[in-house]
Amino acid sequence: MLERAYTAEEMMTVAAARALSHRAVCFVGIGLPSAAANLARLTHAPDLILIYESGAIGARPDVLPLSIGDGELAETASTVVSTPEVFSYYLQAGRIDVGFLGAAQIDRFGNINTTVIGDYRNPKVRLPGAGGASEIATSAHEVFVIVRHSKKTFVEKLDFITSVGSGKQAAGGARGVTRVITDLGILERDSDGKELILTRLHPGITPEQAREATGWSLKTVGQLKETPPPAADELATLRDLHQRTRQAHGA
Amino acid sequence: MAELTSLREAIAHLVRDGQAIAMEGFTHLIPHAAGHELIRQGKRDLTLIRMTPDVIYDQLIGMGCARKLVFSWGGNPGVGSLHRFRDAVENGWPRRLEIEEHSHAAMASAYTAGAAGLPFAVYRGGLGSDLPKVNPVIRRIECPFTGEELAAVPAKRPDVTVIHAQKADRRGNVMMWGIIGVQKEAVLSATHSIVTVEEVVDELDAPPNAVILPHWVVSAVCEVPGGAHPSYAQGYSQRDNAFYKAWDSISRHREVFSDWMRRHILETNDFADYRARLRESPDA
Repeated sequence: MLERAYTAEEMMTVAAARALSHRAVCFVGIGLPSAAANLARLTHAPDLILIYESGAIGARPDVLPLSIGDGELAETASTVVSTPEVFSYYLQAGRIDVGFLGAAQIDRFGNINTTVIGDYRNPKVRLPGAGGASEIATSAHEVFVIVRHSKKTFVEKLDFITSVGSGKQAAGGARGVTRVITDLGILERDSDGKELILTRLHPGITPEQAREATGWSLKTVGQLKETPPPAADELATLRDLHQRTRQAHGA
Repeated sequence: MAELTSLREAIAHLVRDGQAIAMEGFTHLIPHAAGHELIRQGKRDLTLIRMTPDVIYDQLIGMGCARKLVFSWGGNPGVGSLHRFRDAVENGWPRRLEIEEHSHAAMASAYTAGAAGLPFAVYRGGLGSDLPKVNPVIRRIECPFTGEELAAVPAKRPDVTVIHAQKADRRGNVMMWGIIGVQKEAVLSATHSIVTVEEVVDELDAPPNAVILPHWVVSAVCEVPGGAHPSYAQGYSQRDNAFYKAWDSISRHREVFSDWMRRHILETNDFADYRARLRESPDA
């Protein structure tokens, strides 16, 4: 394989950033979603509105927050509202265009598990739980998931459905999980709205690799497209952001 | 009516074994000093309520203070697992922990209903998720006007709510800003409340909306500078992100955790003493 000038994680973050359109109102989870959303804001989508569940609305952090409630978010936000307000007046009221989530497990319908691995009453691994995700999944107009592609994560059957991504339980025509961006490619909901299918591969990735990293029999579109590799300015902006973040958090 | 008192007295007078205690603060303004004092005073069989259990409840759970946990997200924000919480749920150490698990929207709504004196909260969620299968208090309800199917949970009514805020005046009017979370609702839904503050001042000199709790809805106000550490108080301190990262290894093994808690909490007199101990051994 050719030596590439970027990592798989950088390709994934850049691909996720590109998925956010210019003026979207985006409800952002911490970690990879936050990195991708801020990269979008710092490149092609300067007017993107980022909402963090801590109540920071229109946050423009200079460094990525370690936690969902870092002071940086409040200091750079248009306003900071209470927790009941952010979940009632903004999220459940339907003011969010895109919810941006991570996942511990995801199935072919876009349902997400962030609660337990194993049995709920006798778990092998107890994960953090729902947080804001279950209402983000059903109240945002659509949901993007950013997650590393592996059989451990892309499973045939979830151990627990924390968040319903199928769009079936969503209010007011919300579509559920419409796109999953991974380190191998992009999955999108198929035309009849049921299942997530592979639509794009990142440069150098084969369909077999994606199928092998998926726990169900992954469908692909007839003509798989290739994701354009990260542009120089996308890479530079992302690396600067991570560099500033490392300095700020003393890692 | 708010009484200005020491944190030790407030906890001793207002918190009883077996009660339901809510300690709120969404990453910001977490009342860590009060958590430590509950541990020092050896409170037991508590039902701990909190949206994001965080390091503060990891400590209380690991020290065996909790019988039950009511929560919606149990992790070390930006770092990973809460090891003491996981050990209690996965292995029953140091004792079995009953859990009542929700989503954030449900918890926020349940406090709001409690603050309003209503019996239950309605929210748009829970449907299709497995949460109602493992938490029988999440029910379905039909809107009597539109027929829309919604989720409902009982109001939260803690015996005591504890929060940390930036400022109070000598009468006990409480001022808070930045990420304010669900603290106002958590206090108003509780029978009693304890507010630790960075400072007590003669005059708040604040715009009218900045005082979030009038003195007569608060039971006790205690001046504890830095009382949120390792969380923070906007305008006074920064979040100690290095401590949150260090907590991952302190809390990972039972022995290391127990020893750390003994040296930093059980063998210190109060929060100022704890801060002094931390400065002596910054790497714990």
